[in-house]
Amino acid sequence: MIETPKASPTVGLFVTCLMNLFRPSIGFATAKLLEDAGCIVSVPASQTCCGQPAYNAGDNDAARALAKQVITAFEDYDYLVGPSGSCMATIRHDFPVLFAADRNWRDRAEAVAAKSWELTSFLVDILGITSVQARFDAVATYHDSCSGLRGLGIKGQPRQLLAGVEGLTLREMKDSEVCCGFGGTFCVKYPEISVKIVDDKIRNIRATGADILIGGDLGCLMNIAGRLTRIGSPIRVYHVAEVLAETRLA
Amino acid sequence: MDIRSHEFQARAVAALHDASLQQALDKARDGFVAKRAVQVAELSEFEALREAAKTLKDHVLDHLDHYLERYEAAVVAAGGHVHWARDDAEARRIILDICKRVDARTVTKGKSMVSEEIGLNAALIDAGLTVVETDLGEYIIQLAGEAPSHIIAPAVHKTREQVSDLFEKAHGGPRLTEIADLVDAARLALRERYFQADVGITGGNFLIAETGSSLIVTNEGNGDLTQTLARVHIVTAGIERVVPTLDDATLFLRLLARSATGQETETYTTLSTGPKRAADLDGPEEYHVVLVDNGRSRMLAGPFREMLRCIRCGACMNHCPVYGAIGGHAYGWVYPGPMGSVLTPLIKGLDAAYDLPNACTLNSRCASVCPVKIPLPDLLRRLRHQQFKQAITPRRQRHALAAWRLLATRPKLYHALERLTARALAAIGGRAGRIRRLPGARGWTEGRDLPAPPGRTFLERWQTERGQS
Amino acid sequence: MNTAREDILDAVRRARGREPLDARTCATLDARISTPVRHLRPTFDEDLTARFIRKLASRSGTVARVAGRAQIPAAVETFRSTHGLARCAAVGAGLKDLAWPADWTIHHDRAGIEETLSVTPAFAAIAETGTLMLLASPESPTTHNFVPDNQVVVLETARILRHFEDAWAALRERTDGMPRAVNLVSGPSRTADIEQTIQLGAHGPRRLHVVLVD
Repeated sequence: MIETPKASPTVGLFVTCLMNLFRPSIGFATAKLLEDAGCIVSVPASQTCCGQPAYNAGDNDAARALAKQVITAFEDYDYLVGPSGSCMATIRHDFPVLFAADRNWRDRAEAVAAKSWELTSFLVDILGITSVQARFDAVATYHDSCSGLRGLGIKGQPRQLLAGVEGLTLREMKDSEVCCGFGGTFCVKYPEISVKIVDDKIRNIRATGADILIGGDLGCLMNIAGRLTRIGSPIRVYHVAEVLAETRLA
Repeated sequence: MDIRSHEFQARAVAALHDASLQQALDKARDGFVAKRAVQVAELSEFEALREAAKTLKDHVLDHLDHYLERYEAAVVAAGGHVHWARDDAEARRIILDICKRVDARTVTKGKSMVSEEIGLNAALIDAGLTVVETDLGEYIIQLAGEAPSHIIAPAVHKTREQVSDLFEKAHGGPRLTEIADLVDAARLALRERYFQADVGITGGNFLIAETGSSLIVTNEGNGDLTQTLARVHIVTAGIERVVPTLDDATLFLRLLARSATGQETETYTTLSTGPKRAADLDGPEEYHVVLVDNGRSRMLAGPFREMLRCIRCGACMNHCPVYGAIGGHAYGWVYPGPMGSVLTPLIKGLDAAYDLPNACTLNSRCASVCPVKIPLPDLLRRLRHQQFKQAITPRRQRHALAAWRLLATRPKLYHALERLTARALAAIGGRAGRIRRLPGARGWTEGRDLPAPPGRTFLERWQTERGQS
Repeated sequence: MNTAREDILDAVRRARGREPLDARTCATLDARISTPVRHLRPTFDEDLTARFIRKLASRSGTVARVAGRAQIPAAVETFRSTHGLARCAAVGAGLKDLAWPADWTIHHDRAGIEETLSVTPAFAAIAETGTLMLLASPESPTTHNFVPDNQVVVLETARILRHFEDAWAALRERTDGMPRAVNLVSGPSRTADIEQTIQLGAHGPRRLHVVLVD
């Protein structure tokens, strides 16, 4: 399934809803990392959302409609890459399941799923990149977002890349693999439970003495960041792409 | 037991504000996880055993009728009796009839989740019987008049101080505060009960078709005292508990203790086969097994079949952030945590427990530790889908989804709205760059700031700066 | 009206979309019962006796080794006096023939509520987890395993088997069928039901001592 990549593969950049709206810098950082690695990056304008919110809410029809839109928008690229384990896990794992009863769309979904990658795993596992030119002066800790970690096996890739960032020290927190309490709409449907879970996460983040938190999914990061500022913590939050694409002092 | 899952939200919030509960949960959480991790690391075959156990359980479920018939024949051959119960009411009736026939007054009980599921204690007490739970955790919650909050550690929500209070009230005497003294007090209080008991009821972790044996695992030995000293031993078990052979049971046993309590093995694993033999000096005169369906055959038919692989270890709840935050009682019925969030709607009805499949972040940690690889998050998502199809999902949410779908399938419109939203939120966020309160997003902003966006969306900037699409 | 048994079995078959299994499938499944499938077993190279002792000790069981059967009473007496127990014991009839100290009160009946010490013959043991296998019989009543505060189990070193499966095989080789109870005991009784703090002697024996006969 995985072939040796072409020297200049075409990559359709998947623009996650949250990134588009709340943190465009992640998108530019992702594009920079991909282009530095020799990819030809495009951003299809016909994309919106991967449909995960509908799928997780039980509205499989809506999820299928969105999935078709993603498949159509991206099937002509060599790869589909996004800076989110969550959206990419939906595309990789859930799209084919959604079309289990529709042979034609299932084949197309499987084809797109097979070439869809989360950013750090694409850089490391597919392009074979072991380090990037970056400098970021900070002590950081890393939160493993659940979809990326358990859905796509993303654990070592971001750490390997971050290890090469000049000026950056990574200190592991306790329970880095435990959910932060975001869970998509969970965090607004069950806000009290969500806040309790993120408070546990923040206790572990603080215990490392890190001044920044890095992660690979903006949903989790917004949840943690929003709680950090609410309780007056100075710890800042970055997406792994932002750190890897950073060349100035933080 | 009455179901109160519809009160999930209120009970969850109450749990978050219950200081004793939070103290107890804090203590429990790390212990279970760490002990399991040690055991898993020590057994290099663990992952292969998980896969083998999954395959074996699927084989059994494919041929469940046959193995149940073989099991039944073996029980009868050993002098025991097998009863079949379609639902909880029938199971209660069967057990009550046995108790009446043998003129029982005192019933001792080992821990059995099926007996909780069928609401057995209340039925026995209504019939005038004295019911004594003998597992220390079950004994504690019986004194407290509560339901278990965990399937293997029923009193995990109780602090030592609370146990001291309960024992002082129940046993009298000086207030005991040391755990050793509390355990001794329960041992003493229950000792005579074992010897008085007419009927002893236990669960069955596995039912073995080869030998007609029921198998239980305990650490305390209470299950063994219960079933050895009573005149009549009744086993309650779900129909999915049957396994073909002793060797097959062993495969599960190697996973069960490690996943449940983080032990290599529990202290006692007991096989019970029929009543006492003619020359035996002890053991029950009668041996009964009540096989309970109660929704299981229905589960076998549908997309939730994989749930029947469950061996009730509790690892899913031990690793669940939601369970860890609120404990088991908020779930409102017998089975809490991820496995309970699947089982409760399936047994008690989708609309009786709307919140349970939804109050989950789909983080999949439960599935990653499940010894029989049940894809719990997928099953929860499937339940959400059924709720949606049956219009159990609240109307507001369904309308919101419909409206969102309408927009999200129209990229130009969707992006235009995102641009507007970005500008609006940036304006609200102002120079602070964060939003402390946002009408319509209270669920977010009550406990968290909303980081304000910079004002222009990525797509907008990309098109301006790179001029391509 | 159908019986519950018929209804449940029918429902199970319907759930799998089929009728009762045909004779050939039944025969295959029955063969699977009579010749159990060999599952993956934990591998280890440790000496069986050493492993049994180490594993049992890790769960607070204690072991004394003696050279022959005649030394059993003395080993039990050492255990008794070490813990200051009364000179009375419920001794499994299988150990009746041994020369028990004359000043002891012993009986071979089931254990009574005041029983403090029992001495039990083991059928076998499992090195994998350090587990004793005790079979219910007139020579070894089950109450001896759970009622007294102290239990001494007599085990022949040669009876230490590798895996659980080896113990099942030994069980199947017996001519008198399944005993009423098979107790697999891996240490003294314990509980962690109060604040996850391990406490020995919840309901069963507080002390479990094995006299290993070489």
